[in-house]
Amino acid sequence: MGKIVLKDVTKSFNDVNVIPPLNLEINDGEFVVFVGPSGCGKSTLLRLIAGLEDTSSGHIMIDEKDATNMSPSDRGLAMVFQSYALYPHMTVEKNMGFPLKMAGMSASNIEEKVKAAAETLNLTQYLDRKPGQLSGGQRQRVAIGRAIVRQPSAFLFDEPLSNLDAALRVTMRLEISELHQKLKSTMIYVTHDQVEAMTMADKIVVFNAGNIEQVGTPVELYRTPKNMFVAGFIGSPKMNFLTGEVAVKHGATTLGIRPEHIDVSAEQGEWEGTIVLGEHLGSDTYFYIDTEMGAITVRQSGEVGFKNGDRIFLTPQANMIHLFDEQGVRISD
Amino acid sequence: MARQVTNRYRVLVTLAAWCVALTLSFPIIWTLLTSFKTEIEAVASPPKFFSFDWTIENYFIVQERSDYFHHFWNSVVIAIGSTLLALVIAIPAAWSMAFVPGRRTKDILMWMLSTKMMPAVGVLIPIYLLCKDFGLLDSRIALVTILMLMNLPIVIWMLFTYLKEIPGEILEAARMDGANLKNEILYVLVPMAVPGIASTLLLNVILSWNESFWTLNLTGANAAPLTAFIVSYSSPEGLFYAKLSAASIMAIAPILILGWFSQKQLVRGLTFGAVK
Repeated sequence: MGKIVLKDVTKSFNDVNVIPPLNLEINDGEFVVFVGPSGCGKSTLLRLIAGLEDTSSGHIMIDEKDATNMSPSDRGLAMVFQSYALYPHMTVEKNMGFPLKMAGMSASNIEEKVKAAAETLNLTQYLDRKPGQLSGGQRQRVAIGRAIVRQPSAFLFDEPLSNLDAALRVTMRLEISELHQKLKSTMIYVTHDQVEAMTMADKIVVFNAGNIEQVGTPVELYRTPKNMFVAGFIGSPKMNFLTGEVAVKHGATTLGIRPEHIDVSAEQGEWEGTIVLGEHLGSDTYFYIDTEMGAITVRQSGEVGFKNGDRIFLTPQANMIHLFDEQGVRISD
Repeated sequence: MARQVTNRYRVLVTLAAWCVALTLSFPIIWTLLTSFKTEIEAVASPPKFFSFDWTIENYFIVQERSDYFHHFWNSVVIAIGSTLLALVIAIPAAWSMAFVPGRRTKDILMWMLSTKMMPAVGVLIPIYLLCKDFGLLDSRIALVTILMLMNLPIVIWMLFTYLKEIPGEILEAARMDGANLKNEILYVLVPMAVPGIASTLLLNVILSWNESFWTLNLTGANAAPLTAFIVSYSSPEGLFYAKLSAASIMAIAPILILGWFSQKQLVRGLTFGAVK
């Protein structure tokens, strides 16, 4: 079990309201990613769920029980921190066994469970080492191991991959996803990296200034963003927003089109521009194009035969156009 | 480019270091030498460095005349007692200021430090009268309490600096792992803070051991520690340099030995937080 329900939860620090009344339901076994720019309140919300911060008002229900005033240790949740937060004076084995020791489990049981978790995470050979003798990836694995040994009702991840290099991040991302498939536990994952959000989540919650902008599956957020904030935040490179005549023609204030939904041609197209810069990634090419409507980013598969300074014609794919009103809210199709 | 270090530079620096070290330790070395001289040789002019009749007679006379071990025991009780009492108060205080700081935490810390800026003599009369009224003059308990109070700001500051270096996330992780406050302190905080607590303890023992203002003013015979024992050799009948030196060496020897074996801890304690 690991259903978490937030009812009108708020959080203020002194006079600053960090989280306005917020409602959210996280189902048992779901992999939910909280995503948003730095300072949007996503980590604070995770800490409220963990019990590391007190709510200013509202209720947090964990498995139908009101956990609002429960201590972190009574909530049955496990957390993986960005800084790993391993106990430096304990070996990997002691680190992973610590929650079980606190639960009063016998030494033989602890050993058995720690060994099992270490095997899952390929940590068996490091059990006698101290955290200082491990690499970043190994430390993060120990932190995850410490979380899984106690079989919590839900896992909370607070930007766990931010301290790792790009290659290791991809590997660990995969490992966490596989772990979720295997354990089928509820996982709440906080990140500011929308690629992590898109690749791992069953459900993404997009935050902005403490507010939930949209909740949905990665594909829903990509295809039908509720507003310009979500549209701009999800997707890389970010969506192009055009205003003026081109938007008015479609009956909107702003027209949004993703870089991958624009066709290019050397001869003809709806819009015309000059290539300012091309980024060649091998699998994709990004073009930054100067047009009368402003700068437009275009993403094309593979190598495309244009170079900087070339005139280029652009045609947006009609069924991929997003329209927003003056408040930046999506105009229904 | 790394700085080039020539041999000449190295020799000069070494010589300079020796000069400074000898200058600093000269009074102690001279006291040590004097303690092995007779009273006449101790005041001989020109002074004798090594060519004198070595004797340990002074040490026997000092012990005979004024029961060294009685004063030694007083010093131990006062230094360790005041330090342990200070730690009992300072650990929770430093813990709360490091991990649950309030709006006024910084002000409180500064205020505590500011009390060290006041000359001790400023509160001598009220404290003397209080001790007199409570019948605590010449008692160890009065000295333990007063020295504890005098050193408390430094103890709290040192521990605060140490605890502040422990990442809060580690304690939060312990809480998430099911540790209550007692277990959090016992299994996580204390093992991580042991070097800090140890060096604070050491420094405070040394400070209390060497304290002479309060020990001289508030004790007579019963509770007099080694500082008062030394002073008793600077008597109105005149100075007995050799015996005074022997008494001084006997008084500083325990703390010198303690300091020698714990200098690594001490240096770490005093420079902690200076660099990451």
